[in-house]
Amino acid sequence: MSAADGEDRAALLRIRSVAKHFGKNVVLRDISLDVAEGEFLTILGESGSGKTTLLRIVAGFESASAGEVWMGEERLDRQPPYRRRVNTVFQHYALFPHLTVEQNVGYGLRVAKRPTTEIESRVAEALEKVKMSAQAKSKPSKISGGQQQRIALARALVNRPRLLLLDEPLSALDANLRRQMQVELKSLQREVGISFIFVTHDQEEAMVMSDRIALLRSGELEQVATPREIYGRPATAYAAQFIGHTNLLKGEVRSGNVRCGLLAWPAAGLPDGPALFSLRPENIRVAGAATATAGMVRARGKVVHRAYHGATELIRVECADGLVLVVRTPGSTSLDEVELEFSPADAIQVRESPERI
Amino acid sequence: MFSRAYKTAVTLPPLLWVALFLLLPYLLMFCYSFWSVSASQTIVHSWNVDNYGQLLRVSVYWQTLLRSMWIAARVTTFSLVLGYPLAYFLSFHAGKKKDLLYQMVIIPLWVSYLVRAYAWKTILGSDGVMNTLLQYAHLTKHPLEFLLYSPFAVVLTLTHIYTPFAFLPIYATLEHLPRNLVEASHDLGATPAQTFWKVIFPLSIPGVVAGATFAFVLSLGDFLAPLLLGGPSGIMISNIVVSLFGAAYNWPLGAAISFCMLLLVVSLLVFSERLEKKWSFS
Repeated sequence: MSAADGEDRAALLRIRSVAKHFGKNVVLRDISLDVAEGEFLTILGESGSGKTTLLRIVAGFESASAGEVWMGEERLDRQPPYRRRVNTVFQHYALFPHLTVEQNVGYGLRVAKRPTTEIESRVAEALEKVKMSAQAKSKPSKISGGQQQRIALARALVNRPRLLLLDEPLSALDANLRRQMQVELKSLQREVGISFIFVTHDQEEAMVMSDRIALLRSGELEQVATPREIYGRPATAYAAQFIGHTNLLKGEVRSGNVRCGLLAWPAAGLPDGPALFSLRPENIRVAGAATATAGMVRARGKVVHRAYHGATELIRVECADGLVLVVRTPGSTSLDEVELEFSPADAIQVRESPERI
Repeated sequence: MFSRAYKTAVTLPPLLWVALFLLLPYLLMFCYSFWSVSASQTIVHSWNVDNYGQLLRVSVYWQTLLRSMWIAARVTTFSLVLGYPLAYFLSFHAGKKKDLLYQMVIIPLWVSYLVRAYAWKTILGSDGVMNTLLQYAHLTKHPLEFLLYSPFAVVLTLTHIYTPFAFLPIYATLEHLPRNLVEASHDLGATPAQTFWKVIFPLSIPGVVAGATFAFVLSLGDFLAPLLLGGPSGIMISNIVVSLFGAAYNWPLGAAISFCMLLLVVSLLVFSERLEKKWSFS
């Protein structure tokens, strides 16, 4: 397995066995996670997965029920939020309504009692960076959502934190602006070189922006890996289904061979017993010619549904034994009966994701 | 959404009510303030501004008005000083006891005003709880006379009665203050004290203004507390109005004084409304 991108660099933040429960309700269970210097890490999960709680523990708004959070040599979880060199971009920005844009951005420097000239120049610089200099004297209620987003970012970055936390900062924006902000945010992060922990429920956003993704499910880490790895080699059935589309094939391994209904392929080195495989729709192809390509697994079935996606088409194919495969094809097929084939190497074995309470 | 007839049917009765029982009497009072009383105790319907002149000329009237404002100002200050920390504590730090404590602040409002005023009488009187206690502890030899029948007693009682009125609007604004603003402030390195003065307090100013207005206006017009506990030195302007309409039988002068108070209160309300608007950001 290739080393995850972040692990090559020095760890800035170390989360060790953090747990959180509110009364009997367990929100986080034994979370251990490192964030490298300059890394863009995304905590991805559905609502209720505990991703925001984890972020709030790092920020200091919530205390962990167990475990430790370290930043360098400093035990972060014992510090009040105002002593942590961590800044947050809040989900609804949380700009101070009684202060101007400029005063909002300068807030952190003012409470730190920096000299006035320094405050002025750093605020001006930060506003420049997010292209908001023209609105310096406006009140937050007078600027648009996207602009408020930039101010929230400038207000956090002006303090030069070692780590920036972002709690679904793009969720309130419309789709176009959101895509634009994804790109801007990513290039800003590269430019300033600060570690980002970005919380989102949007898997596409996570894929586009992150160096690494930490996938959280019901308060436990499902997989921590680069976008490429998590998509290409998902560790669990949940990871495979949450990120992109997939076909989950329930099979049986017997003496180096997998049997899954009518399908069968060699799988050297797998222990005997039941096994689960993830097969991405784009890794199945509609075979034109009658002759099978060597080493490919073949299946035949009826097209039961088509969904046009522009560049590609997703078709559902029902095979003879009732197995349904979703296939992504370039262009479109008009055939009702198709011959499918895929490489055994693309069938990735995944762990089951049992229900958790 | 609603038909015109429905809207009219719903809004007309209260409008009529207000016109008939509020605006009309006010208008009548306004007319009275320009009339006068003859030697034979009848109202003379001749129009002049003598009554307003008297208000300025006779020192007891304007002095009492000023003293009333001074008492009201003190009541307002003390109500805010007591009400704000209470509201802050309840809103931010009371946790699960919040509802219980809130009820404890509100319940005294259900107790009759008279009962509360008389309670202070028994506490502050020369044979009252306070003096008995002080003498028993040998802190004083004779009962302290200034405790009862003094401006002090009036300010104390009115503060007790009107603190919940100052508390309520402050509590409401603090409850509506988005908690993520407080978190954002801490996140940006502000200590709890800095957060209070730079974020929480400025954003609660509309509540403070509303609470101050309540306390000031209500205590300015109060006449029971000075009547029961004020004594000669604790008389307030409303007591004068009451006596002018009653024993003195000088309705025109009473009406003139009432109108000056009304003008004062209305301009105060307008001013506080402006102030609240200036400081509200929702």
